[in-house]
Amino acid sequence: MLDKVSRRHVLAGLGTGAMAAGFVPIAFEAAGASHPTTTSAPQKDRQWAMVIDMRKCDGCKKCTVACQETHHLPANFEWIKVFQVKDKQGREYFMPRPCFQCENAPCLRVCPVAATYRAKDGVVLVDQDRCIGCRMCMAACPYGARYFNYVDPPVPDKPYAKPTPEFPVSQQKGTVGKCMFCVHYTDGGKLPACVEACNMLALYIGDLVEDVATNGVETVRLSQFLRENDAFRYREELNTGPRVYYIAGHGQDLGY
Amino acid sequence: MDARTHELYVDRAMRNIGKTGVRWWVIAAALTACVAVGAYAWVYQLQRGLGVTGLNQKVSWGFYIINCVFFIGISYGGAITSAILRLTNAKWRAPITRLAEGLAVVALLVGAVYPLVDLGRPDRFLNLFAYAQVGSPVTWDWVAISTYLVASIVFFYLPLIPDLAVCRDVFGSGVRGLRGWSYRVLSLGWRGTPGQERLLLRGIGIMAVLIIPLAVSVHSVLAWLFAVTVRGGWHSTIFAPLFVLAAMLSGVATVILVIAGFRAAYGLQQFITQKHFRYLSYLLLALGSGYIYFMVSEYLTEGYVLEESTGPVLEALFVGSYAPAFWTFALGGLLLPLVLVALPGRYPIARACVASVLVIGGMWLKRFLIVVPGMAEPLMPWDWGIYQPTWVEIAITVGSVAAIPLGLMIMFFFFPVMSVHEMEEVEGVSEPAPVAAGRPVPALAGGGDA
Repeated sequence: MLDKVSRRHVLAGLGTGAMAAGFVPIAFEAAGASHPTTTSAPQKDRQWAMVIDMRKCDGCKKCTVACQETHHLPANFEWIKVFQVKDKQGREYFMPRPCFQCENAPCLRVCPVAATYRAKDGVVLVDQDRCIGCRMCMAACPYGARYFNYVDPPVPDKPYAKPTPEFPVSQQKGTVGKCMFCVHYTDGGKLPACVEACNMLALYIGDLVEDVATNGVETVRLSQFLRENDAFRYREELNTGPRVYYIAGHGQDLGY
Repeated sequence: MDARTHELYVDRAMRNIGKTGVRWWVIAAALTACVAVGAYAWVYQLQRGLGVTGLNQKVSWGFYIINCVFFIGISYGGAITSAILRLTNAKWRAPITRLAEGLAVVALLVGAVYPLVDLGRPDRFLNLFAYAQVGSPVTWDWVAISTYLVASIVFFYLPLIPDLAVCRDVFGSGVRGLRGWSYRVLSLGWRGTPGQERLLLRGIGIMAVLIIPLAVSVHSVLAWLFAVTVRGGWHSTIFAPLFVLAAMLSGVATVILVIAGFRAAYGLQQFITQKHFRYLSYLLLALGSGYIYFMVSEYLTEGYVLEESTGPVLEALFVGSYAPAFWTFALGGLLLPLVLVALPGRYPIARACVASVLVIGGMWLKRFLIVVPGMAEPLMPWDWGIYQPTWVEIAITVGSVAAIPLGLMIMFFFFPVMSVHEMEEVEGVSEPAPVAAGRPVPALAGGGDA
């Protein structure tokens, strides 16, 4: 039903329909210590965000598998993890959890060597050449989004060039890795692996600056889409400022 | 101070220097074997990575972080015992300060290794300095620990200077090689002149004042390692003082065991008396009561509100899967030992020692109950983690426990086990205590006035 190739390149056209007014992204602090940045051509200003429509998610975990294949991760590395949630009324729904790329990221603050940093596009990256493996960030992350390479990671058949924070493949043993919204794809106008793999079209990658988001088939105006569907951020009260928005309504307990 | 008393002090403090017997070797060999197994386990882990431990994606801190807090806490107790007794000019301190200060150094050296053991990439250890981030609790930790390490070594060394001079004079040319050379060099030409005495007294006074905030800061930043996160059971304002008190409690308990051990092994019964155990027991009682108070305050305020993140942790501690460990700690590791030392009655030394063992075990368990459930608790509210340490973590832990008595035995192979200089300075230490039959009790008349 979906043509993968065409979906993948949808993002390149992002923004053409975006409106100037409307959603004003929050101000972002600049990236911290000097770090390698992406080498691709001059980029537009992006502030990546994700929308997860839990009404559509059927818990197939194709996103998890696609992520693991893309980044050559072992099976217990669920950079996007699909939780099966049973609410108080006994109803079940699924909640995929990527890294939330928090604007006020606890993991970033506690890193003793600035191996974790925020890139210009708002994505929190890990420089695995610098990480000392103290796992303070894992203690600090409220969402369990970080994964430590206790053992040697799987090596791709055709090894890639030197791993970068944007495309940390292969992972380095003894260091921490996590989801980075597939900036190695999005920078080139492609969809993140999980978004592309989602048959249910439940995952949207978006840009807060241009105020658009797409699941590869449908492109929406991000702020309006969030407002009209009563989107929320997980554990907003922690004030971490996640860049991932959830749309509830799959039968889960909304507290009333 | 008459010459005879001086002779006695020198004899008792120094007769074990450079001497080993069958018993010494047997104990040292057993301890060395434990340390060797631990060292082997560490090498094994260095070669294969942290994958050989029971740590996992959910519970990514375990025994190593627990042990780091535990041993640094013990060190802190040694330092603070000595510092407080010095600052309050408690005269009975004289025979035990050396052991307490030595324990502070040895326990800290052991505890300070643990952050390294816990690193996923110990080869990149220097990144901590090269890219140091002021905002990271890990940075606070290594700054505080290394500062405190230097301070505790100085704190051990300063009161040792006059004794090193005594060693130099007593052993004279009888000791050759490195040891004799060390005594000569490290005693810094001490002659006991009034000027030297004044300088030393001031130095020790400054260190005794300094070591308290330093030690408090070390244990506070260790607590903040946990308290600055949003995890249930960790994110607590009382954590820093709670950790400080826990450290003092376990430290004083360890001081009791150490002085009991050396008292028996080195025959120091006439210097380290029931009084010392009684006073240290009071200290233990006061600290333990304070700890209970802090803990009740923590659990009451958190348990009354039962926030989303703290609720599951408290439930697991009180009635859930961690309840057996928690109640073992609360009743057997805290309440029972305090009752043991609080009640009047016979065998004060034996009771103090049993209570200390219970307290030390209990405080280790408490650190476990802080670290592991805080890690295992469901942040995304529907998955608990499990943690099952492997032989590697257990071997390293056992090795490091054995390293403490071994380190002390080696330390007091070189240095006097009691401060001769201090015992001569301080009045009232010479009250002779009844000792076991068969051991001569030299008269100590007139002792005490310097």
